[in-house]
Amino acid sequence: MESHPATLPAPHRAGIRLPGVGVGLGRGMVALYLSLIVLLPLAAVLDKSLSGGLGAFWDSVTTSQSLAALKLTVVCSLIVVAINAFFGTVIAWVLVRDEFPGKGAVNALIDLPFALPTIVAGLTLLTLYGAESPIGVDVAFTRTAVVVALCFVTLPFVTRAVQPLLLELDREMEEAAASLGAGGFTVFRRIVLPNLLPGILAGVLLAFARALGEFGSLILISGNIPFKTEVSSVFIRSQIESGNVSGAAAVSIVLLGISLLLLVLVSLSVRWTTHGESGFYDRIVKPLAARIGFGGIE
Amino acid sequence: MTASTPAKWGLRTLGLGYLGLLLLAPVAMIFYKTFEHGIGPPLEAMTSSDAVHAIWLTLLMVAVAVPLNAVFGVGCALLLVRHRWAGNAVIDGIINLPFAISPVVIGLSLFLLYGNDGWFGPTLQEWGIEVLFSVPGMILASIFVSLPFVVRETVPVLQEIGTEQEQAASTLGANAWQTFWRVTLPAIRWGVAYGVVLTTARVLGEFGAVTIVSGSISGKTETLPLYVAKSFEQFNEQAAYAGAIVLALLAFTTLLLMSVGGRKARSQSHSQSNPAGGT
Repeated sequence: MESHPATLPAPHRAGIRLPGVGVGLGRGMVALYLSLIVLLPLAAVLDKSLSGGLGAFWDSVTTSQSLAALKLTVVCSLIVVAINAFFGTVIAWVLVRDEFPGKGAVNALIDLPFALPTIVAGLTLLTLYGAESPIGVDVAFTRTAVVVALCFVTLPFVTRAVQPLLLELDREMEEAAASLGAGGFTVFRRIVLPNLLPGILAGVLLAFARALGEFGSLILISGNIPFKTEVSSVFIRSQIESGNVSGAAAVSIVLLGISLLLLVLVSLSVRWTTHGESGFYDRIVKPLAARIGFGGIE
Repeated sequence: MTASTPAKWGLRTLGLGYLGLLLLAPVAMIFYKTFEHGIGPPLEAMTSSDAVHAIWLTLLMVAVAVPLNAVFGVGCALLLVRHRWAGNAVIDGIINLPFAISPVVIGLSLFLLYGNDGWFGPTLQEWGIEVLFSVPGMILASIFVSLPFVVRETVPVLQEIGTEQEQAASTLGANAWQTFWRVTLPAIRWGVAYGVVLTTARVLGEFGAVTIVSGSISGKTETLPLYVAKSFEQFNEQAAYAGAIVLALLAFTTLLLMSVGGRKARSQSHSQSNPAGGT
């Protein structure tokens, strides 16, 4: 029999399981990796954005072209999340309560926008809704194109947040309401919708955060016309290319600030709508957020 | 039962119609456009030297970024779950950052660090190391954008499996490495695999961050997504479509692996699969 290794951590302390390396060394390596990959680069952006002082920062953010881009980004994102809140809920309903052949395939298809590279998403939309559209719908280089592309990339958020809630919803409540004489729409509005609201809200906020920073799917289809179809991320790139790097950094910081605020809102709003019951957040929102490009906030 | 028949049909038409118009029809259209004149043109486009190089470079990104983030992800998840520490909340928050940031901003951040007037750029250039507009910068961008996936997928699985089996193993005389390889890793393998699939998909398709740091030089610093964009902008639509199809097929594979892996990961965390035993 092997002798008990002297280096073994005190066995009563549950789950000391970092093999080979000490915990301190492990933490050091994690800190180093995160600093090199994430923190230092972001610090450079913050530093650059403030390199001319707060006044210059403010001036860069409030140039007419930058403001036009920010406004377009926010307005389009709002329209998009409204569209997807509606259709996302409808699709979730159809996937949970309806039965039709090919349902499994449709369910898998929902995740396609996560898996499909954004540049392919843009190109794909352009083949059907661009200048050579076989159905005569040409929205290329318009604001409609921005909305369509953002609808595509944020499609799964609401559906995936609502689906599990709908699955768990107690059908007896609905049946009771119906037996008391409530019509289909009343049942939906008074019973179903309130129960789905946390999911819709979480999905909407995550989709909004995603839409704000979207770049790849827009670059081909939006035309990137300043004051017309240029969103903030595209504006940032054009400023880098024209040598106004501190301006690009300033707008980046604004964009970053809004996204972080939104992610805090996701966690707060969900806790609020579920009346402090954190199970929904831990079970549904966090994994969903992780899967589709946003981390949960502990 | 709750929805009457006309309402049911209405909802079905609405939901599936939206999916059809937004997802299915455009994807079908690009397949049609690519293979309109048979398999010859796309095949020819994909075997051009620039395309082959783009594919090779994309695979290189995956080959470097995915293993690094997988090892980091598993180690970091172990630290977060098994070792309570005040700093864990900070680490957890930082890990989520790449998800909250626009890819363009990620590209800009590396540009500012490794560019000519960047923090590290001049020093590294003195040493003869080119990061910006070169492969190392693109790899850094790929690592940045895909950093959170493995951690995020591994943490919940680690929490679920608990420490009983690990404690049993160490009581029986296994050292920390043996316990990790024989007990912990087999138990979390599906979670890790799922994270790796997501990481790979993200690295394969990353456009925004890589386009800023690469300079998109054909045959040199052009990954497949950049090749697609550039081909299209240069009116070489056939090449753009062919590249897009290759990426789309990879995306479908990802989707397949996601639905299989997701199911496995979930069923595993419920049933606590027994890790490969024996000696």
